[in-house]
Formats: sequence, C-alpha cells, structure tokens
Amino acid sequence: MSGASGVDPPLLYPDYRSTRLRAPLRPLLPLPESFHDLESPIFGHESVGELDRDLTRQHDGEPLGERIVVTGRVLEEDGRPVRDTLVEIWQANAGGRYKHEGDRHPAPLDPNFSGAGRCLTDDGGRYEFVTVKPGAYPWGNHPNAWRPAHIHFSLFGRAFSSRLVTQMYFPGDPLFELDPIMGSVPANARDRLVANFELGLTQPEWALGYRFDIVLRSTPFET
Amino acid sequence: MTQGLTPSQTVGPFFSIGLTDATQNVLAPEGAVRIAGRVLDGAGDPIPDAVVELWQPGPGGTLWGRCGTDTEGWFKFVTERPAPEEGAAPAIDVLVFARGLLRHLATRLYFPDEPANDGDPVLAALDPGERDTLVARRDGDALRFDIRLQGDQQTVFFAV
Repeated sequence: MSGASGVDPPLLYPDYRSTRLRAPLRPLLPLPESFHDLESPIFGHESVGELDRDLTRQHDGEPLGERIVVTGRVLEEDGRPVRDTLVEIWQANAGGRYKHEGDRHPAPLDPNFSGAGRCLTDDGGRYEFVTVKPGAYPWGNHPNAWRPAHIHFSLFGRAFSSRLVTQMYFPGDPLFELDPIMGSVPANARDRLVANFELGLTQPEWALGYRFDIVLRSTPFET
Repeated sequence: MTQGLTPSQTVGPFFSIGLTDATQNVLAPEGAVRIAGRVLDGAGDPIPDAVVELWQPGPGGTLWGRCGTDTEGWFKFVTERPAPEEGAAPAIDVLVFARGLLRHLATRLYFPDEPANDGDPVLAALDPGERDTLVARRDGDALRFDIRLQGDQQTVFFAV
C-alpha cells in the first residue's frame, strides 16, 4: 500500500529494515476538517546567507570532488511555481562521508566541505545550488548494502500539506535496483527522484549541470 | 498542465547537518508553554534521529519550529498557547520525520485541563485510549508529549 498521494512510499517497507519498528501499524486517520492547513512559515531573505547556496565556497579551500550545479523549479501540481520558498539540502562529501558524528563509514572527511545548503526560490520558483557530487556509501541495512549517491532535499511549499522531504539521485546509477529506499517508491514514480544531466546547464571548463524539478501538493491559497 | 508529484523519502540519520539549528525550537521567545517529549519506536526504545516540527496559528501568521531529538529521544520547545477557535479546542499540529520513516507523520498536541477539549470534533471521534495519545500531560511547569510511532499505545496519526 502506498501513501495517499499514490506516489509516496508505504510506511512499512520491510526491505528497509528501519521501518519495521518505526512505521505506525494502525491506519492513519482521515484528516479532520478542522485541521489547520496553515500557511508555511516565512523565511525572509535575511535568513539565507549569500554563500549558503554554494557548498564549494563555505571554507577556505575548495572541496574535492566533481563540481556540479543542481538547479530546478519548485512547482505545484497545477504547474504554478512556488516562489520565495525555502529549499534546504544536505549530503555526503565526494568520498561518501557525512560530516556527522554518527557516520562511521571509513572514508575521509573533507575539511573544505560541510555538506549543507539553503536558498529561496525566485519568482519563477527556481533554485540553484553549486556543490560536489556526493559519493555512494555503505550502510547496515543488509549485507553489502550501498546507498546510491543522493542529495537530501527539504521543501515547505505554501502550506502544511505541501511539506516534503525527499532525496535526489543521479542518472544511470547501478545501485538503484539494489536500494530499498528508492525501491520503496512505486515503480512508475521512481524516475521523478532522478535528476537529468543537461549539457545546457553544464558550465564549460567548470561544472556539470543537473536539473531536478520538485512538484508539491497544491494548496487552495491565492498568492 | 498537471505535474506528477515528487515522492517522499526518509530524512535519514544525518539530517542535523542541514535541518537543525539549535534556536529553531523557540516558536515564541516570550511564550509560557514549555513542551518536552520523547519519540519512541515499537519496542519502546528512544529514537535519537527524529526531527519534530510544531506548526500553530499565531497572531502574525504561522508559528513554526523544529527540534532534532537527542540521544535519548528527547525534543523540547518553547511556545505559546494558540488562541481558542470556534468549535475547536486549541491545538498544535505536529510533524515527525525520522530515519525509517519513508514519509513524515502528522499528529496533534492538545492541552490538558482544557474545557474545550470536551467539545472538540477531532478528539470526540477517538476512543479514550487514542485521545490520551494526543493530550499532553502536565509535568511540573512543562507539558509532556511523547510520540509513540508503533505499539499498543501508538500515537494517533492523521493522513495529511
């Protein structure tokens, strides 16, 4: 059983072992009419620093790895762009290691890479990050388990009901078929999590370009 | 043109790199409501890699905050009590994200000793055991609100 939207994963997906003790097993109750569909909090431009969207310029030196540009639009189902909405990302470094005390993967930390970024979308719903391509990394889910390279995304959209946390993957990764987190998504929607490589976004002599559009649930608000 | 929705994925274990700023758990700096609770799994064990968000109506728009759980599964917030609404008890909407949650969960925090709880349509639709999972307990000068993802005392979650 997938989520109410038809594209979301089920809560219980036993191949992803951590769901077994964490997925609620009682059915979710229908949303009461009185539930607030509160408008999303407003994050002003003062809350986002100039270098927050460039993960390669947050330290004295440049991080190791393949420099990339990741850009796209945040849209609602009806195609309307979501402007001035906060987009937050976090990721492993090029070696597949997160700058997090809980990450035990014996790959090197990069002193020039923290792996977090944020920006606000423009009037067309566009965001853009400069970063390095994250590495794949092993995890303990099953023997010889490896996560495909991915960047985590957090989106607010216009309201409570449009909130989304997801992951963006890179095209052509042979680990897709082996990954239960990506595999938890209904097959016909998995490619929505995969960015497109585009030569048109690729900056000569500098960085490969990837496009990743994100579609959030529509809300009734007029903005 | 209709666009295909982007599917949800877990926040994973390392979200604190990008998502948790220590000051974000204060929704209202002068607020008198202190909330503390733990996120627990189906074995009753604390979940040290969850992030809890509070959303509530405020005088100038939505009050919002988030807090990552600590090694013992605790989260803490400072906020204010939402104003009463016509025909409904004051409540705070709560979202839970965690490693092992492929989609986030939505629940609600109600206030103890609140006369309007008796007439609240959301609470009225629940049996007493379910209702208890949504009403915070008074614990000294704070409110205690544990979130149980699974098990006999599972918190009631709503399909957003």
